[in-house]
Amino acid sequence: MPRDLIIVLLISPLVGFLINGLFGKWLKGNEKLSGGIGALAVLVSLICSIIAFVSVDRGNTLEGEAGILYSWISDYISIGFHVDALTTVMLLVITGVGFLIHVYSIGYMHGDEGYTRYFAYLNLFVFAMLILVLGNNYLMMFVGWEGVGLCSYLLIGFWYEKQSATDAGKKAFIVNRIGDFGFLLGMFTLFAAFGTLDFGGIFETAKELQPAAEGMGLVETDSFKQIFGASTLVIATLLLFVGAIGKSAQIPLYVWLPDAMEGPTPVSALIHAATMVTAGVYMIARSAVLYNIAGTGVVVAWIGVLTALFAAIIAIKQNDIKRILAYSTVSQLGYMFVGVGVGAYASGIFHLVTHAFFKGLMFLTAGSVMHAMANELDIRKMGGLRKKLPITHITFLVGALAIAGAPFLSGFWSKDEILHSAWGSSKIIYIIGIATAFLTAFYMFRLIFVTFYGESRVDPEVESHLHESPAVMWVPLAILAIPSAIIGLLLGVGGHDSWFHHFTEKVSGFKVEHGEALGSAIPFMIISSIVGILGIAYAWTRYKNRVPSAEPTNALQKLVANKFYVDEIYNTFIVQPIKNASHFLLWKLFDSGIIDGIVNGVAVLIRAIGGLLRRLQTGLVQAYIVSMVVGIVIFLAFYLFFT
Amino acid sequence: MSLEYYLILSALLFTIGVIGVLIRRNAIIIFMCIELMLNAANLAFVAISRSLGDADGQLFVFFVMAVAAAEVAIGLAIIVSVFKHRETINVDEVNSLKG
Amino acid sequence: MTAEMILFFIFGAVSLIGAISVISFRHPIYSALSLIVTFFSQAGLFVLLGAHFVAAVQVIVYAGAIMVLFLFVIMLLNLGTLSAQGALTGKLKGVAVVLGILLAAQGIFIAVNAFTDTEVGSADAMERATARVTNPIETSDIGELLFTEYLLPFEVTSLILLAALIGVIVLVKRDNQTES
Repeated sequence: MPRDLIIVLLISPLVGFLINGLFGKWLKGNEKLSGGIGALAVLVSLICSIIAFVSVDRGNTLEGEAGILYSWISDYISIGFHVDALTTVMLLVITGVGFLIHVYSIGYMHGDEGYTRYFAYLNLFVFAMLILVLGNNYLMMFVGWEGVGLCSYLLIGFWYEKQSATDAGKKAFIVNRIGDFGFLLGMFTLFAAFGTLDFGGIFETAKELQPAAEGMGLVETDSFKQIFGASTLVIATLLLFVGAIGKSAQIPLYVWLPDAMEGPTPVSALIHAATMVTAGVYMIARSAVLYNIAGTGVVVAWIGVLTALFAAIIAIKQNDIKRILAYSTVSQLGYMFVGVGVGAYASGIFHLVTHAFFKGLMFLTAGSVMHAMANELDIRKMGGLRKKLPITHITFLVGALAIAGAPFLSGFWSKDEILHSAWGSSKIIYIIGIATAFLTAFYMFRLIFVTFYGESRVDPEVESHLHESPAVMWVPLAILAIPSAIIGLLLGVGGHDSWFHHFTEKVSGFKVEHGEALGSAIPFMIISSIVGILGIAYAWTRYKNRVPSAEPTNALQKLVANKFYVDEIYNTFIVQPIKNASHFLLWKLFDSGIIDGIVNGVAVLIRAIGGLLRRLQTGLVQAYIVSMVVGIVIFLAFYLFFT
Repeated sequence: MSLEYYLILSALLFTIGVIGVLIRRNAIIIFMCIELMLNAANLAFVAISRSLGDADGQLFVFFVMAVAAAEVAIGLAIIVSVFKHRETINVDEVNSLKG
Repeated sequence: MTAEMILFFIFGAVSLIGAISVISFRHPIYSALSLIVTFFSQAGLFVLLGAHFVAAVQVIVYAGAIMVLFLFVIMLLNLGTLSAQGALTGKLKGVAVVLGILLAAQGIFIAVNAFTDTEVGSADAMERATARVTNPIETSDIGELLFTEYLLPFEVTSLILLAALIGVIVLVKRDNQTES
């Protein structure tokens, strides 16, 4: 595969960002041009991605020496590309979904003050995300990782006049920072253990040092350096996972994602559903070799499944359309972590792909609803929209069916693979997973029934303006609806024998030898289908003609409706103590007291010395000459008598 | 006739010049003392030139005199303009540099 | 005691007395006149040393031009009354005298010791130098050196004098704008 292709692929969004970012002032009057440039930049990347994909499919990957552009910090860290099956899958998701969302945004952001700024950020995001997936080492991945974090922050706080938006942006940034800290430490640990950060180098060394006895237990061997009595590999993988927890919104760092919905809806679709939040999953899949050897996948899987359940429960009681989708995203990300955690990397990535399509689709339809409803978010104030917004309704229904695991739609295949693999690893994880699947179907269809069916509860004034979105918005919806429906059928039929698995099996670490054969997938499929349909049916019975009550009736409901008070708990036990400590210790004591004290003290001291010294400056020329002559006499004396 | 007689005379004249610069407050007299010091140096130059049988020392004296002439012209001009502004040429009254 | 030595002591004594008078008189006119005496006796010393050119320049430039300039300024500023106020910067006086004595002692020390045991410092160095050099230093030698080896410094000197000329004009020029 030509390296230049990848360079074009990478640079194109950067060029778009520069044009929109630097010349936005002149483009402002021409929205079509500004948006067109943004979309075109991603389209170029999309075409390159397709070429790269075909190339990889024919067996031409770009790995090792061939991908290195520039050797930095000689022999340790290089800047280069690593393009294999996993990368191209991510590339297609990023540029494919990204392109459609750019097109959609042209219509959605119409008339916004920061139109060019929006496209500049969006292109920058795509660029950063491409760096993340293209890098051939952890450092480059980290650069992209931080880049997408920055863009996420910028886009969440895009409407910066809104206090809630800027707060949400800060929250996302700070919470992510915790995860990034873990990622950094993980990187340091890897560097300490392997002396390099290149994927190739680390994986090769790790495989050589791999203990003879393979298994899912934690490694206890002298092959790896030890820190605190544990293998560096275990430490490193866990620390990297902390990074993934932050970026991919898992327990306990998921709190930023629901708030991130303050950003424009296409941003939620692209960044906070389809691509950025899946970076953690990608990272673990990329590090599959390490997780296989260290055996820390168990931790990943457990965190993932608990997050999936927890977020699904919260989603049941939410009334804000985007927040429901946000919790749903958290929940689905949990599934992906279950997949990669139990060693079914291909399944996890497969779910990532299908989720990118159907969740992106649902966010965009939610945006379409908001667009029609004058930015109303509360589903209790909707209802009966089916007739007014037919395309939106159909596309949303496709997305919801896909996520709920309706037979033969894409979510059905990918989720089922994960659950199937989970069964092979731990029965408990499977049971929690299947329960979550039920909840997923339930809350999704609760959303649909309340929003699109039943009596209209729309404000009459708003209702008079109710209209279907323009073509530039609904066409991307329709296009996204197609893969959401059929991509699973295309790629996923056959479970662990599917096309997708064969395509990705050459990626380092993906091919895991399961202890025993997993057995037939068909019973699992049947169970999943039944559970999904049950969930839909239950939602039908409860919300067919009923509005969710405004006030929770019992304690349990109240607990769920308030998201288990997690934000409040964090606020009381973490945020406030830190704020107080900052205020009293850092600001009052350390900054005002010690730092300012030192600075002012130095100034006072210098003034005092100056006050003494100024007396020497008598202004009398002769006094100066006297001191000069004294100097001459002393020097002469020294010269004459001491040399 | 030994060189050292001339050098001793030169040193004495120079020192008288230094003392004059230090103890007089009249800028013009201070200036004269500076001329005295330059002359003392000239004397040493010529004497050593003579001892060495080399004309270079005398050329140095020539240059010193040229520079001294320029310096006197400038210095006196400064004294005149100081006097115009301050109505005095006493150096202890010209103390704008006082800290 | 040779005639040269007698003349040296006479000229030396006169120049020292003149120098002391310069710093002793209260009135600047007297100081200036004393300075002229010193310059003339120094010219005599230069003649003794065989530096006829320097002696002539000393009389013409120093005793003539420069001292006329001094006298002009003194009269222009009418300084007689001012300096009659007298007293010197009292505190410095003692310090200055002590420093002067130290400096003089060092100078004499150098004069006596610097050239001992060298060819130049020997008692009859000057005579022997005269004997060694076939032609004593003539004014024509100085002129030749000045326009060959020392041509560049010579030209630079002319520039310095020009700069001084312009500087003086700028400094004492009546400022038309502020005056009117």
